[in-house]
Amino acid sequence: MKLKTILMAGAMSAVASAGAAECAFENEVPLRSLTAGFEAWKAVTDNMAECGNFEANLDQEFREKQPEAFAADPSLYHIGGVANSTMIPLLNAGTIRPLNDLVEEYGQHLSPNQLITVDGDIMAIAMMVNNQHLMYREDILNDLDLEVPTTYDEMLEAAAVIQEADVVEYPLGGTFASGWNLGEEFVNMFLAHGGDFVDDNNMPTINNEMGIASLEKLKAATQYMDPEYLAADSTYVQQQFQQGQIAMANLWASRAGAMDDPEESQVVGKVTMASAPMGPEAPVSSIWWDGIVIASNITDEEAEAAFRVAMEGIDTETVQESPEAAVWLIDGYEPGDLAAGAAATAANGARPYPASSAMGIMHSVLGNGIAPYLNGNKDAETTLADIEAAYMTSAEEAGLVE
Amino acid sequence: MKPKVFAAFVGPSIFMMLLFIAFPLVSVFWNSFVVTQPVYETVEVENCTAGFLEQTCTTEMETRPVLDESGEIRRQTEFVGFQTYQNVLEMGRFWEAVKDRSWTALQNIDFWKALRFTLMFTLVTLPLVLGVGLAIALVINNASQKIKGPVIFLSLLPFIITPVIGALSINWLFRGDGILTAFLEWWLEQDLALFAQAWTIELMMMFYRVWHVAPFAAIVFYAGLQTVNQDSLESAVIDGASRWQRLRLIVIPHLAPLLIFVAMIHLMDTYRVFEEVVGFRAEGYVISLQWLTYDFLTPDQAGNRSISRASASAMLTMIGIAILLVPLLKRTWRDHKGSH
Repeated sequence: MKLKTILMAGAMSAVASAGAAECAFENEVPLRSLTAGFEAWKAVTDNMAECGNFEANLDQEFREKQPEAFAADPSLYHIGGVANSTMIPLLNAGTIRPLNDLVEEYGQHLSPNQLITVDGDIMAIAMMVNNQHLMYREDILNDLDLEVPTTYDEMLEAAAVIQEADVVEYPLGGTFASGWNLGEEFVNMFLAHGGDFVDDNNMPTINNEMGIASLEKLKAATQYMDPEYLAADSTYVQQQFQQGQIAMANLWASRAGAMDDPEESQVVGKVTMASAPMGPEAPVSSIWWDGIVIASNITDEEAEAAFRVAMEGIDTETVQESPEAAVWLIDGYEPGDLAAGAAATAANGARPYPASSAMGIMHSVLGNGIAPYLNGNKDAETTLADIEAAYMTSAEEAGLVE
Repeated sequence: MKPKVFAAFVGPSIFMMLLFIAFPLVSVFWNSFVVTQPVYETVEVENCTAGFLEQTCTTEMETRPVLDESGEIRRQTEFVGFQTYQNVLEMGRFWEAVKDRSWTALQNIDFWKALRFTLMFTLVTLPLVLGVGLAIALVINNASQKIKGPVIFLSLLPFIITPVIGALSINWLFRGDGILTAFLEWWLEQDLALFAQAWTIELMMMFYRVWHVAPFAAIVFYAGLQTVNQDSLESAVIDGASRWQRLRLIVIPHLAPLLIFVAMIHLMDTYRVFEEVVGFRAEGYVISLQWLTYDFLTPDQAGNRSISRASASAMLTMIGIAILLVPLLKRTWRDHKGSH
């Protein structure tokens, strides 16, 4: 993965220096960006590079580097790619600048939905949304006369039927890799139960009925999965799908395009997108956005150039070139079949990911703490109590609670 | 040598040692006793975030750090004594588990879970590495001159591989329907999931470590075998000593200092087991002390990281290695004194 990222970054820089092609203006100011490395960012930075004098760094470890790199004076990068959670450290440290003036001058075409504002200041421009939603093998469900599951329980019932029929290796896939992924699975499930993770004083509020119910649902799902699910990250599940090993998964919208990629996938045209299955209150999913920010510690001229280049990157042209790379928020995007799942999930009332400093800690301790429950080494109450205790230790050390 | 010349010779290395060994050590030691954290304020903030079709705006209480005049986060450092060690060791839960004689409860505490695996990993692989290393050395030593070179080269190969890469290749060979798992499944005619329970993962980790380190032991022992007194060996043969007796009574005592040397290096290396946990993606089942330190140090998505606990955990790892080395050091010291 790392190697791939590095190679990609190298390739990107090469592309970048190839220079100006279809950019509306000639960029004179040397600019650098640091973003994540998935497909959509590749499309966006490719388009930014057309303005010239631009070096893109696509790096899946960006969130470990960004806070330090942007805190440098002058900042090591001008443009940053963030998601709702990774914007928090930059916002906290004051290393990204308000974009109100720049939006007024160069961003009139942006839709209000793209403007991420904090206390009236526009701090980021969103370009896409991402959420986890149901992907299923239409052929398998049809063969077995199964309805498309709309709730998590229906999904488990369908999984049981598929297992009985023994048509695929594992009925379900899931991004249950110990760490961030597993934490995210619990977050989705707990949000679906209507839960909130911390209260106004940053005290944890997960050790309750909803928490226990969420854990039980996750465990129920694992019996239909590859027994090595604790190492299954998004790429692993995507490959399971592509190789025809699984029939259903609640997977990231940004992975939908890969299902129909003839170079990788053996199931082109067979995977259909639907809303994330419903929990008791909301879909088992959370809504994320990805977008761009501009560093504080650069000159105003650089910021202006950076913003203009960024606008070229997230313009209609990018969407037309790579309509399937993401669920774009950009003008000119027409949601196709692959975006249907993400749209339906949002329409069914999926809640936004509750990003905050406290949530960062909560997500980490959840990611580390749930595996013993799934392994059968702890019961649900102990698991949640231990996670809350771990949260308190970390939050006290971070200074978030007294 | 004049003192001045002596100083000029050792000065640079002392400076280097201070800079690269003593200073980091002191800094880690200090960090394990203090906690540095931002000063937070709680304010009401209206946030607007992107939805699929429309923006969602919410007003909520948010905790955010206070910035000083120069725009830096204001931080405060506080001396907390052994609190951080307490947070890592969780002695309260430890004693409770001991009182209840509950192994499960003990293994639910991260540090003790990691310590259990680290110690077991270290102590199980140690005799295996020494044994396999010695066996390889004897094979090389007894190989005919013609094939000696290729045999040495082949047996050294595992040691040349970068540990993380080696661990990853084992992972890929065995994970899911990896080649070797597929082969085992065909051979045993049953479904296998080698990464779905702790004990198979631990077995593979140990197997991998022995495979990886034994060549190092072998090459050291092979060098030692070149200096075995041939006269003693010949007289032993005349006295009718068997091959095994010669090995036990002449060769192994001769190699004793090297055995201790390899054992010490191995203990120091293995107590810091890390590559296997990451390479095998075993965090869900098996963790080690070094992985725990790494996990404390990794920032979460909101940028928080536990420098203090990482420092305490690192200090504890050092103490652990020191304790493990005591018997071996004592023996070396005794031999050293005996030889004078």
